[in-house]
Amino acid sequence: MTALKGLVLPIGLLIVWQIAAMATGMQSDTLAAPDGILVALVNGLTSAPFWVDTGDTLAAGGMGLALGFSVGAGAGILFALVPPVSRILRVTVELLRPLPSIAIVPIALLIFGFGYQLEVAIVAFATCFPVLVLTESAVRQVEPRLSEVARALGLTAWARITKIVLPAVLPRLFVALRLAAGIALIVAITVEIAANPIGLGSRLLRAASSLRPEDMFATLFWIAFLGWALNWGMLRLQSWLFPAMSRSER
Amino acid sequence: MTLFHRSLWFLASLALLVGLIWGWQILADARVLPRAFFPGPDLTWRALKRGVANGSLLSDTLTTLRRMALGWALASLIGVALGAFVGTSAWARVWIAPMFEALRPLPASAIAPVAMLFLGLTDTMILTLIAFGALWPMLLTTVHGFSNIHIRRREVATSLGLSRSAFITKIALPGALPDIMGGLRLGLTIALILVVVGEMVTVQGGLGARILLAARAFNAPEIFAGIAVLGVIGLLTNAVLSLVETYALRWQRR
Repeated sequence: MTALKGLVLPIGLLIVWQIAAMATGMQSDTLAAPDGILVALVNGLTSAPFWVDTGDTLAAGGMGLALGFSVGAGAGILFALVPPVSRILRVTVELLRPLPSIAIVPIALLIFGFGYQLEVAIVAFATCFPVLVLTESAVRQVEPRLSEVARALGLTAWARITKIVLPAVLPRLFVALRLAAGIALIVAITVEIAANPIGLGSRLLRAASSLRPEDMFATLFWIAFLGWALNWGMLRLQSWLFPAMSRSER
Repeated sequence: MTLFHRSLWFLASLALLVGLIWGWQILADARVLPRAFFPGPDLTWRALKRGVANGSLLSDTLTTLRRMALGWALASLIGVALGAFVGTSAWARVWIAPMFEALRPLPASAIAPVAMLFLGLTDTMILTLIAFGALWPMLLTTVHGFSNIHIRRREVATSLGLSRSAFITKIALPGALPDIMGGLRLGLTIALILVVVGEMVTVQGGLGARILLAARAFNAPEIFAGIAVLGVIGLLTNAVLSLVETYALRWQRR
């Protein structure tokens, strides 16, 4: 019931928008009525280029996420298990971390040119640092007694990581993945708007600069839906995989 | 770990950074790294000095800082005010808050083309973009902070006969401050990203436009100089906000 109440305002706004557009007989290069946007969205969803753009964004974002997450999680585990490494790299990491990821687009553009590689590199850079920080703090908070058990059992470093540390931090690692996935989609779209001529971001920019507001708003709603669906799916996956974690987060 | 040990590690860490930069210089001099992409610290430094000397780097930096500060301040005002309204009204939490929650995962930069269409390639468009994007974290953290005010405090406010505005300024706002500060900090990070995006899309001056134009001219040292300045801006603004946060929340540690 409360979920339905939340729908009232957006639907009401859409209806008011539609009525206003019909009452004024709007002809505009910048605004579109909801019915026109819906038609554009349906047209898009049934056409191949729309799905190519969606696939480009998701593929580039996904590959960047995979790369950034692996590097971030690996470095995070290393930093937490071997404190001297973390301490000696502290200044370098702290200098790189606040750098807005979008700022390295121009240099990545020179190196990779337009295309997947550019986007994957930026997404990986953007996701790697938050994952690193979250993983490091998760591994540091692993119950000390577990490490003592590992030492008593005479486990090798590799066995200690795979048998003790990873199972213990898995739920928090997934939270890091969930947050990084959100960042990955945002950064992928941003790179496409700022420079890269592929994917949904570039589609949005093309629709805007060729004065097709219906297409532009349809793409915008589609991007919003993707972001929402990604967030929702990751949350559901989290509560399914790690029920205890999701309860404590609430 | 003692203070002595900590400062020793800090120095070692700093030395490693200097070593890395030095190594970059050696690799650049030995032409191991492609000079077109990684021009070396010396050329980057020269580009920085040239930019400062002819004043263009300074004016671009100031333009970017001004846009970032204005957009962020605008977002903070709207976000905290709207958040206070939604957070203190049970009615608004049921009817309005879900729409905000649903809009949150929308990449803020996706608004850039829309803003461009309505406002053109202008300063206003960049400010709107920043204000819109940085608004969400402030709004949501404020709502969160306000709705988590302990029920006893609400009861105290009711029994003291406080008006709604007195309740907000005297009880709710201080209680929600830790959450709000977190939102302000997140908003600042987003503001820096969006000012660069906005300047890249509109090419209306500022550091974002500067490094994009440098990329089009294959001028790598100029790009690295711009990135360095952006990094410093990110570092300094974050540090200042942390100081403000420590000061504003000093009562929490007692």
